Amino acid sequence: MVDVRSGIGEALPPPEVEDVELYHPHSWWTRYVFSQDAKIIAIQYGTTAIAIGMVALVLSWLIRLQLGFPGTFELIDAERYYQFITMHGMIMVIYLLTALFLGGFGNYLIPLMVGARDMVFPYANMLSYWIYLLAVIVLAASFFTPGGPTGAGWTLYPPQAVLSGTPGGRDWGIIMMLSSLIIFVIGFTMGGLNYVVTVLQGRARGMTLMRLPLTVWGIFTATVMALLAFPALFVACVMMLFDRLLGTSFFMPAIVEMGEQLQYGGGSPILFQHLFWFFGHPEVYIVALPAFGIVSDLISTHARKNIFGYRMMVWAIVIIGGLSFIVWAHHMYVSGMNPYFGFFFATTTLIIAVPTAIKVYNWVLTLWRGNIHLTLPMLFALAFIVTFVNGGLTGLFLGNVVVDVPLSDTMFVVAHFHMVMGVAPIMVIFGAIYHWYPKITGRMLNEAMGQIHFWVTFIGAYAIFFPMHYLGLIGVPRRYHELGEASFVTTSIAELNAFISVMALLVGAAQIVFLFNLAWSLRHGREAGGNPWRATTLEWQTPETPPPHGNWGNELPVVYRWAYDYSVPGAPEDFIPQNQPTPGRLSHETVS
Amino acid sequence: MSAPMKKPAAETLPRPAGLAGLAADWASDQRTFKDVSWGKAMMWIFLLSDTFVFGCFLLAYMSARMSTAVPWPNPSEVFALEIGGTHMPLILIAIMTFVLISSSGTMAMAVNYGYRRDRRKTAALMLLTALFGATFVGMQAFEWSKLIAEGVRPWGNPWGAAQFGSSFFMITGFHGTHVTFGVIFLLIVARKVWRGDFETERRGFFTSRKGRYEIVEITGLYWHFVDLVWVFIFAFFYLW
Repeated sequence: MVDVRSGIGEALPPPEVEDVELYHPHSWWTRYVFSQDAKIIAIQYGTTAIAIGMVALVLSWLIRLQLGFPGTFELIDAERYYQFITMHGMIMVIYLLTALFLGGFGNYLIPLMVGARDMVFPYANMLSYWIYLLAVIVLAASFFTPGGPTGAGWTLYPPQAVLSGTPGGRDWGIIMMLSSLIIFVIGFTMGGLNYVVTVLQGRARGMTLMRLPLTVWGIFTATVMALLAFPALFVACVMMLFDRLLGTSFFMPAIVEMGEQLQYGGGSPILFQHLFWFFGHPEVYIVALPAFGIVSDLISTHARKNIFGYRMMVWAIVIIGGLSFIVWAHHMYVSGMNPYFGFFFATTTLIIAVPTAIKVYNWVLTLWRGNIHLTLPMLFALAFIVTFVNGGLTGLFLGNVVVDVPLSDTMFVVAHFHMVMGVAPIMVIFGAIYHWYPKITGRMLNEAMGQIHFWVTFIGAYAIFFPMHYLGLIGVPRRYHELGEASFVTTSIAELNAFISVMALLVGAAQIVFLFNLAWSLRHGREAGGNPWRATTLEWQTPETPPPHGNWGNELPVVYRWAYDYSVPGAPEDFIPQNQPTPGRLSHETVS
Repeated sequence: MSAPMKKPAAETLPRPAGLAGLAADWASDQRTFKDVSWGKAMMWIFLLSDTFVFGCFLLAYMSARMSTAVPWPNPSEVFALEIGGTHMPLILIAIMTFVLISSSGTMAMAVNYGYRRDRRKTAALMLLTALFGATFVGMQAFEWSKLIAEGVRPWGNPWGAAQFGSSFFMITGFHGTHVTFGVIFLLIVARKVWRGDFETERRGFFTSRKGRYEIVEITGLYWHFVDLVWVFIFAFFYLW
């Protein structure tokens, strides 16, 4: 392999930028609350995301209670049911997954992994978190407004989203939701600019782009995508807000509501769908790419083997990111479109399977004959691979127009996207938390509680979503509050639904074990030391654990090798940290 | 990007020219864009993101205009003024465009004087730019009030498709907001230049970081962008 600058044995390039001037906090408030340190901001992002994620978890319980035992709970009437599914979806996709991967892991890992002292604009980074918090508060507040939160479905399709038949449509719900999304986009942009510029312009000496850990590549590409995709969501939200508040007709056709002709006319609901999915499809990969990156590092570290095909992995991430901008209308097959468009979007959709499959093969080949340690991060990484393959394969079904049209409004779609962008990325989040918790706190998470958490979550998630494919295939529709008399499906689906609901409650309960573990281990966990997993990447080489403000003490790290020098033949240990110049020329980077 | 300005205090290795140089930069450590400071890189990426915002607004407007079944009001007539008894189509928009493009000229001169460390001329030219910007926003306010007086509303107008008013207020409003923010930035930076903050290395109120003359150029990038966006709005909304 030809490396432009393998660096080993060569003279290092001189430092190009003088060491940054850090903001030094003067009080407890500026140190821990209004902190400009990316690591504190990361923890704030993470805590907020998990807190609002717990709301989404409870909502999913309520949804499943209704589906599993229809008619038993009077609290869950049809209106509330729609509010619950809407808020569950929106919270999970935007306020939990996006915020946790980019705001949480991005903030913590990017500066440490590229060898920087902090993000390049700490003040804007801090603002990013506080604006995100405002968005979360506005979202949560909508539960307490007259009429409650919106029940328009997480896609917020007009015209129903702003009509009186939908919960929150003529009340506050939809206004709060749209405002919250607008605020979120503004806040995210501030953080996103930081992540991108830090990766491009703030790396350590010797840290070339092709030596970045794949975690950074995943988060970086996802952030670039988010900066280009969120504008579409922003615009769609602004326009719908005007439709609702000012009576414009961007998305509203002439419409009769409750026997009354409304003032609207001439707008296009399909336009909203295009804008929404131009954001919505990249959003899937905004969540998936950081997961891809992180899982690559987890597998490599815990199998003590270099990642297979590093460059291929990088290019696959970039290509997936690019392709994901030209597939959006595959979410709109049932909206009706020119068959040639359907053909185009089906083709591009299926092409994405190629780089994605390359990634899966490379993960498996990394495991092959590796020294696999079945640690908790590794277990979650393995769980990710199987769930992702599973969800990805059903994606091939749904990417085809003729197969998608009959399946589109069934539970099959629910099963598909929960597998591929629900369960799979969340497995990675868990794995990543078990992996980096020792760096963040200095202590290991409890192994026994972790094992319970893993097995219940993994098997439980399969028990929930695997049968759901079958429900969809035999025609159980999604979005129904209650199926009622349905002679087109067998009666046994009621039992299957009840089973799924019980499993959902169980998996939810396992998450409480996890949260308890997070709190308990903070004080009682085993001391971790600086590098408990014997990993190569820079964040494990900090002089102190947890890393202090400024990360590196007096000397910035200098990088001599890529991130995957595990089990190098002839090396004294089975890993060589990225900042270690010795021993001599040993590196996979030059051999492979 | 603008001509070879002063590089940040940095020594870089000698690099090959042309495509090989580009490849070398991307393959190098520390920084991908060797002459670009953090602030400038951030502004470029922000502008790319903002391009998508305006792009979505304009595409949405164009799709509404192309698909409407009701006739679209004729912009040349709607935006015509009677001046001295002469009927002049689009005259106000023409003046607004002229003012905004001129402000880009003064901004470019301000950047130039900034790199020559000429405090007074830089600040004066930035103030002039801000003045042009404010004039633009003022004329826009006049245009809005004129249309509102004639009965144009976001939800309808006397001449045709309701989306005319909706798109008009939304797009020019969003652009006008950008110009207004630009004017505020210009005033803040002009004050800093005037006071000599960048010579005395005075720290920023919010960020507590030292400012550099480069901020003039970064403000300029934003200003030129807002100007460029207006050209597209002018072409697609008024001239179509």
